[in-house]
Amino acid sequence: MLFTSYDFIAFVLVVLILYYVLPKSFQKYLLLLASIAFYAFSGPVYLCYLFSAVITSYTAGRLMDKNIESSKQYLMDHKDTISREGKKLFKARQKSRRKGIMVTAIVINIGVLSVVKYTNFIIGNINALGGRLSFLELALPLGISYYTLMSVGYLVDIYRGTVSAEKNFIDYALFLSFFPHIVQGPISRYGDLSQTLTKPHDFEFKNIAFGAERILFGFFKKLVIADRLFPVVSAIADDPDTYKGAYILCLMFFYTLELYADFTGGIDITIGTAELFGIRLTENFVRPYFSKSLKEYWRRWHISMGEWFKDYLFYPIAMSSGMQNFSKFLRKHFGPYIGKRLPVYISSFIVWFMTGLWHGASWNFIVWGLLNYVILMISEEFEPLTQRFHEKCIPLENRLYQAFMVIRTMIMVSMLKIFDCYANVGDVFRSIGSVFTTSNYSIFSDGSLLNLGMDVFDYGVIAATTLLLFVLSMIQRRGSIRQQMLSLPFAVRAVLISALFIGVLLLGNYGIGYDSSQFIYNRF
Amino acid sequence: MNVREELMEILEELHPEVDFESEDALVSGKVLDSFDIVNLVTELDDAFDIEITAADLLPENFDTVDGMVELIMNRMEDI
Repeated sequence: MLFTSYDFIAFVLVVLILYYVLPKSFQKYLLLLASIAFYAFSGPVYLCYLFSAVITSYTAGRLMDKNIESSKQYLMDHKDTISREGKKLFKARQKSRRKGIMVTAIVINIGVLSVVKYTNFIIGNINALGGRLSFLELALPLGISYYTLMSVGYLVDIYRGTVSAEKNFIDYALFLSFFPHIVQGPISRYGDLSQTLTKPHDFEFKNIAFGAERILFGFFKKLVIADRLFPVVSAIADDPDTYKGAYILCLMFFYTLELYADFTGGIDITIGTAELFGIRLTENFVRPYFSKSLKEYWRRWHISMGEWFKDYLFYPIAMSSGMQNFSKFLRKHFGPYIGKRLPVYISSFIVWFMTGLWHGASWNFIVWGLLNYVILMISEEFEPLTQRFHEKCIPLENRLYQAFMVIRTMIMVSMLKIFDCYANVGDVFRSIGSVFTTSNYSIFSDGSLLNLGMDVFDYGVIAATTLLLFVLSMIQRRGSIRQQMLSLPFAVRAVLISALFIGVLLLGNYGIGYDSSQFIYNRF
Repeated sequence: MNVREELMEILEELHPEVDFESEDALVSGKVLDSFDIVNLVTELDDAFDIEITAADLLPENFDTVDGMVELIMNRMEDI
């Protein structure tokens, strides 16, 4: 059930009415039922995958929790008889048991994800090397990449002792399956979401108003901007032999805008829908296209994913005893510079490889991840040089230079993003290369761009909405736009929201029988 | 040299431009990035002969110098 479909609007309305009409003690049961129903729309068979993730991670969490409790009890009961050494040994043994439980559950869940997502990719690579294996008929269950990461995060947090395991099965099942965030994130943390998810909520007009405004803005971004750009992006990327040179610059710009409108629009709908029920989800973006470096961009784009990979993959690898010993070895034999950097660079390499692979079972995503890695490592190495440059030549506070940095980052990010669009890596490099070898800049004036699925009116809408997004981002620097709007007179607010609504109605790419294009991040 | 002084020496070498004593959001405020944290942990492990794991990477342990001192002392007691 697509977020921008009439079905979804009707579904949310029905659930919302029941949510506030039924006694508050039923609210979480209703949300769980609604989430199961929502999920079943994608194919009832996929519920098995979701249930499997819920049951394995819930059971493992409970087992770890029981181990913690029984260990505490044992130490209490034997506090007068157990030696300091004995206590240490006992604690280490119990921790190792908990680790075993955690690893088993993670292997099962990641194993399921790997089989459904990567089997055909592996078969394809084996066949490319001369193998003759048949592809399997495997469909990717909705949201499996997201709920698998959430379940892993939950288990690691229990193991680390930062959260206690959820005792109530219904509450845990709702955490993993909550319908607004299961499709494309954000990748919620149990410790954050459990604060509001299963608590009873009174009807509050502010939640409804704020939620509806956010959903409306999400619809605007998706239907007016992203879906309008979709045909142009597809036309250029689907035919790399025809569309080269200046067309690739168009693709870079259009896809960067499309992905932003699509993904942030989807997250707006997600967060807004949760807000209707009084539930707070974590923010996933902080004006990413205003970043002055790629490193900053990754702190502001798809934040929950970046934080997940940092906390649950990068740190465990970089701080593992193996890596620490390797670091000591390098320091001893190659000096502190190599000893400090190489282990971190190796850990980052693994993280970016996995980030690419998580996005999709294709070399495009792996190469995309590794190119991000290369750029980040190069900028890390050049950090002392750039610092000296700013001290001696242009201070970092220079606004003009800051604007240059933003544009530079934007170009870099746009170039990397088009890896999503093409069928293979070779086409991406050939297309980017053609920007420097094909001189067809006349397309900007001879009307060629009107043959790609957008007319003059569409280009006008894109120009106006891009400007609108820019202005809104500037306003957002002072804080939440919805909060700022509260200080406006009611009539002005009503006009602004009505304008947004009319904008969606008049400019949105939809209609009876129209099938809005799938959200890009749903397929990850 | 006591724990605090040794820690300050490590921190100042890591980021001479940061006033660590007055900062109260070193990790949550992104003053220290992931590279800094890994390097800092390696230095701390070496200097105090302790073992800090990924599970210890909580804001309360790394946001302030006081938090770090407490973490180091706790880990030293564990040994």
